[in-house]
Amino acid sequence: MIQIQGVSKSFGKLKALDNISLSCEKGQCIALIGPNGSGKTTLIKSILGMVVPDSGNILFGTANIKQSWEYRSRIGYMPQIGRYPDNMTIGQVCHMMRDIRKNEAASIDEELYHTFELDKMQGKRMRTLSGGTRQKVSASLAFLFNAEVLILDEPTAGLDPVASEQLKAKILKEKQKGKLILITSHILSELDDLVTQVIYMQDGKLVLHKNIDDLKAQTGQTKLSKVMANLITAETE
Amino acid sequence: MNKIIKYVTIDILRNKIVLFYTLFLLIISFSIFSFDDNSAKGLLSLMNVILLIVPLVSIIFSTIYIYNCSEFIELLVCQPLRRKYIWLSLFTGLSLSLCLAFLLGCGIILLINEPSTTGLLLLLTGCLLSVIFVAIAMLATVGTRDKAKGIGKAILLWLYFGIIFDGLVLFLLFQFSEYPLEKPMMVISALNPIDLSRINVLLRLDVSALMGYTGAVFKDFFGTGFGFIISIAALLLWVALPLWRSTAKFNRNDL
Repeated sequence: MIQIQGVSKSFGKLKALDNISLSCEKGQCIALIGPNGSGKTTLIKSILGMVVPDSGNILFGTANIKQSWEYRSRIGYMPQIGRYPDNMTIGQVCHMMRDIRKNEAASIDEELYHTFELDKMQGKRMRTLSGGTRQKVSASLAFLFNAEVLILDEPTAGLDPVASEQLKAKILKEKQKGKLILITSHILSELDDLVTQVIYMQDGKLVLHKNIDDLKAQTGQTKLSKVMANLITAETE
Repeated sequence: MNKIIKYVTIDILRNKIVLFYTLFLLIISFSIFSFDDNSAKGLLSLMNVILLIVPLVSIIFSTIYIYNCSEFIELLVCQPLRRKYIWLSLFTGLSLSLCLAFLLGCGIILLINEPSTTGLLLLLTGCLLSVIFVAIAMLATVGTRDKAKGIGKAILLWLYFGIIFDGLVLFLLFQFSEYPLEKPMMVISALNPIDLSRINVLLRLDVSALMGYTGAVFKDFFGTGFGFIISIAALLLWVALPLWRSTAKFNRNDL
């Protein structure tokens, strides 16, 4: 569904993405992991067209995303740090997003909006929100349009344990509907029951992209964190 | 696209600065016309104020607004919208609200005291200047991530167009005073939208008789219908070129 072909991107001297090629299919739930500054967010932003790669192509479905925008109606994106206009209230932001994407045939999915009880504080201004509440707004906006691809950049960072579990349950539910889900996270333990594939990046390079079951068999571990620790030590030795 | 224009315009009109700007223009135009019993003289004074204040407010307000909008832009860019539309909607929203503020602030009193074509021309000039300096501000901000640097750029640009450019022209005139400079001056004046607007309005006032030979040459050209169209076209070019450049840059920007 998403194909990345030889994508490179540098910010000045820093090579954020170095000739990355991979492909993701429908029904997969992919964990995008790697140390800080390994290019995960840049990769995600390239898929969304927020960052323009220096070279290489990204195909969504069969179309190149360069100079194209319609494909974004099929993506729900939750940013790492959600930044919203300070003066708008939660209700206004949600209303505006729905207004902008109104002509889409896809149905509206307000489940998360209600689970997080955002409807009870929709009069609050974005400026006054805590980091966690902001994350909740980001999450409910990502799921709002029932998009077939979900891209979640550190979804649970800053969420309290209850909200974190609620979000995980929602991700699991969407996964069962056969959506493509891309998650980055540093907390590997919470990805355990979600992911089917692992992409590991380091210094802008793709180190591995494999099925989780293969990896488990290869390393003889059952927990993702153990699997990764095993692989990384094998890599460095 | 219309939806974004709507959100931007509402957001700006709710901003108190625009309200102050309107009130300020209202007070200035009211006091100028009530001090002077000769409305042509009032028009001249008002013109000088407009040529200074309108570009300044337009460029500074737009620059700061675009920076404050960065979250909004980020939010919109990952939605199914053309980047070009987002940028042009911001431009349209800013232009619309600043023109509206100008027309409310100066328009009513100006048209009551001086309901002539010159008065209308001054209003058109003010609107064009607002739009031009929104476009210039957007060009100044698009490649600059640092807010302080961007605002500094905007202030320098205003200083250049409002003050430094005239100094340079004067310097040139004195250096080459032995040569006939009337024709080149017309081309040079097109390089500054503020100067161009000033000439356009001045030539329709009686004071233009005091401008000597250069004034006569200017009147020969800008005073005609053809010259007027050329000068308006030049002003429109001052909108189109910066806007086109900044849109192209925004399209390639990393956010």
